Amino acid sequence: MNTITGPASSTEKPFNYDSAANREFGFWLYIMSDLVLFAVLFATFVVFGRAYAGGPGPRQLFSLPYVFAETLLLVLSSAVYGIASSGSRANRISAVMAGLGPAFLLGLGFIFMEAREFYQLIVGGNGPARSAFLSAYFTIVGTHGVHVLFGLIFMAVMMGQVLSKGLTAMVASRLKRLGMFWHFLDIVWIGIFSFVYLVQVA
Amino acid sequence: METPRIRAYAFGFIASVLLTVIPFGLVMASRFPRIGVVAGIAAAGTLQVLVHLRCFLAVRTLSDARWNILFLILTALIIILFVGGSIWIMHDLNYRMM
Amino acid sequence: MGAVGGSLLAGLVILGLITYHRKWPYLWREWITTCDHKRIGMMYIILALVMLVRGLSDAIMMRLQQALATGGSMGYLTPDHFNQIFSAHGSIMIIFMAMPFLVGLMNIVVPPQIGSRDVAFPFMNAVSFWLTAAGTMLVMASLGIGEFSKAGWSGYTSLTEKQFSPDTGVDYWIWAFQIAGVGSTLSSVNFLATIFKMRAPGMTFMRMPMFTWTSLFTSVLMLFAFPVLTAALLLLTLDRYLGMHFFSNDLGGNMMMYVNLFWTWGHPEVYIVVLPAFGVFSEVTSTFSGKRLFGYRSMVYATAAITVVSFAVWLHHFFTMGASPPVNIFFGIATMLISIPTGVKIYNWLFTMYRGRIRFTTPMYWTVGFLMTFSIGGMSGVLLASPPANYVVHNSLFVIAHFHNVLIAGTLFGFLAGYSYWFPKAIGFKLDEKWGKLAFWCWLTGFYMAFMPLYVLGFMGMPRRMHHFTNAVWHPWLILAAIGTAVIVAGVFCLGIQLVVSIRNRKINKDITGDPWDGRTLEWSVSSPPPEYNFAHIPVVNDLDAFTDMKERGTAYVRHERYFDILLPANSASGPLIGLLAFMLGFGMTWYIWWLAIAGVMGIIIVMIMRMSDDNTERVVTADEIGTIERKRHEMIASARNNEQPLRILP
Repeated sequence: MNTITGPASSTEKPFNYDSAANREFGFWLYIMSDLVLFAVLFATFVVFGRAYAGGPGPRQLFSLPYVFAETLLLVLSSAVYGIASSGSRANRISAVMAGLGPAFLLGLGFIFMEAREFYQLIVGGNGPARSAFLSAYFTIVGTHGVHVLFGLIFMAVMMGQVLSKGLTAMVASRLKRLGMFWHFLDIVWIGIFSFVYLVQVA
Repeated sequence: METPRIRAYAFGFIASVLLTVIPFGLVMASRFPRIGVVAGIAAAGTLQVLVHLRCFLAVRTLSDARWNILFLILTALIIILFVGGSIWIMHDLNYRMM
Repeated sequence: MGAVGGSLLAGLVILGLITYHRKWPYLWREWITTCDHKRIGMMYIILALVMLVRGLSDAIMMRLQQALATGGSMGYLTPDHFNQIFSAHGSIMIIFMAMPFLVGLMNIVVPPQIGSRDVAFPFMNAVSFWLTAAGTMLVMASLGIGEFSKAGWSGYTSLTEKQFSPDTGVDYWIWAFQIAGVGSTLSSVNFLATIFKMRAPGMTFMRMPMFTWTSLFTSVLMLFAFPVLTAALLLLTLDRYLGMHFFSNDLGGNMMMYVNLFWTWGHPEVYIVVLPAFGVFSEVTSTFSGKRLFGYRSMVYATAAITVVSFAVWLHHFFTMGASPPVNIFFGIATMLISIPTGVKIYNWLFTMYRGRIRFTTPMYWTVGFLMTFSIGGMSGVLLASPPANYVVHNSLFVIAHFHNVLIAGTLFGFLAGYSYWFPKAIGFKLDEKWGKLAFWCWLTGFYMAFMPLYVLGFMGMPRRMHHFTNAVWHPWLILAAIGTAVIVAGVFCLGIQLVVSIRNRKINKDITGDPWDGRTLEWSVSSPPPEYNFAHIPVVNDLDAFTDMKERGTAYVRHERYFDILLPANSASGPLIGLLAFMLGFGMTWYIWWLAIAGVMGIIIVMIMRMSDDNTERVVTADEIGTIERKRHEMIASARNNEQPLRILP
């Protein structure tokens, strides 16, 4: 689609700007930079990890079963997205939608649980302005949540595109990039539940 | 082509759940020494990241994805440098001043 | 007020002229909505040159203030105004002059150098430019609407916390940096994808020109460093807007963490601005010495070493913040180590010139000036790298002298060399040599007069950023520095006159063949300016210095029998629209006009979704059109053979 037309001579190489492969590589690079952003937020959390300012700490504030449920939602969402990925590769729209729909709902569930967690902390007087520890906690978990939210918007747009345009090469490429994004968000969450929640409570 | 990938997703999911249950279990049982618990969390987490990379993101040592893997490794090194360096510096400063 | 009036007047004059000459459709079609890397590159450089003038006017005001404000006099600027000026000066010169200049050069040069028709993501390229422009407009808006930051270009906490800087200044600074920073990150993704994926067949990594190599390493630095700035500014924003406690004095905050994070970005940033300049020098030295670059392989490895090590030295910006000796020593040694690969590069340039047939054109002047002057700056850097020595001169004018030494002699001379070297390629005629050399001499002399005194003053103990002082011993040196600044300003005038004279003489200095310098790399194989598509047929590369190789083989100007349709990116209004929405976001957040900020964010999301759903983002240049363009080119080359422009091509 994005190549010059006409036969390739021996000095000719199909020129491929904006092609799917280039976009996927570029997106991967963007994800690498995003990982560095999260890493800095992690480092910040570690630095401020004990700065409770006389207030409550992780043991008082975090509910591990709740976080476990959130984690399951996200991992399941990632796995279910695999159905969409496979469907896209096999050119089956029904499979793609069967994957995207549940993945979206599970992600939405994750966001609701997290929003509820934040709300309860804030009304309990333990919002991000309470201490440096809480500032760091809200920021890293919140940044991850904002990314998930953007992923959900992307997912909704993709459901629309699959239904309206079908599985064109570009639509399939976008699904691949969304998949990368979604799986990497789950990877970041592994870091979060391990080092923001578990290690702090242990 | 299709079935192996579905299998990979299924395996990845089960492995991830297991690798989540283990660290949560270690902490919630609260009967193990802290060092062991932290080591367990780190190990399970690292393994789960690898499972995600392999099963969900299909990252193998393909010649096609050579540059992707190069950048992934570079990113990991940069993260270790930035995070490790920052923690070392701030810990040192805090020890001397705060 | 004068600055606001002057800027507005200049802006209105320009807008008026465009309207009078009915050039809006042309401007909209050819420049504002373009996704062509060549046009985008030129817009970046125009932005950079305008901001160079703005940043220099800040410098003039500071030097004048310091030349006057002694012995009880308070000078002519209030302390608040002075603080804004030095904050704006640094912010503008780094983020809104150096960054656009280097991204502009990369834009113009890299795709043709690798034999490609455009960058990997042309639309995203336009978005990057317009985001940078949005950040620039925020800084310019602060001239008249509200105030700019008074907390320095580095924005240290706790001063930049809301409690101590309640006005709009720090917010303008945060959003200008944050928005421009996103543009830079996107550019880095773009150039990495371009260089990794779109090289012409036969161009292996070790056959890439040095400017492309430095663009690659610069992009790696940008990709990994800018997220740290984004995070640091995000945390400061959360402190200011939502009362969080990352860097506050109370409730667990730690202001030193900001310094740590800022410089984790800040150090790679200075290598981001200098590596492209090094790339320019490699191209210029080899072209005007008439020989291949000496030690190409070692040059690549040295640049790689600089890139890697530059991620591990950032603490040298705050040795005196109080870390223990082991920490300081680690970073001190790492810093000193960087001078080794840098030295390798200097030797390589010298050896390239040795026994070459050197042509002393304007770019070569800038290069020789760089070689001598930058070395001094490098050495003062090694002095600063030693923690005990650093304790003596930290925060003194010695530091200012050092970094201006490397930034002006390195970065700026490099960019000005690149400007004169590639101007004919981009525009179609050469710049006037006489005025160019005069500009160089003014810059060189002016630089020494303005900054060598600062080394002396640093050793005498004068701190930086001083509004007024009483030590009479310092005064003569500051007067000398002010005179030097005036000489630099003369240099800028020379550059302006050079432009006017060159435009007037454009027919005489026309670049007929596209190869005015007997160049060695592929960008010189196309016309000046290049056709939209750069190459009608993608070249096949057989060696380093691909164009020289083609000229020696006789394949440099081969006529092709047939041409094929070429797909190019279509214009898009979404690029400038995203820039405008980003400006709304920044301005709204600065002034707490929440609806404006939200509209900006929502607008950007909507534009992105619309762009993502758009299937018509390309247009076709037909084989016939290409044939016409290429035929004309071959006619021009034939006429050049018969006329005055001496070609070193083989028939």
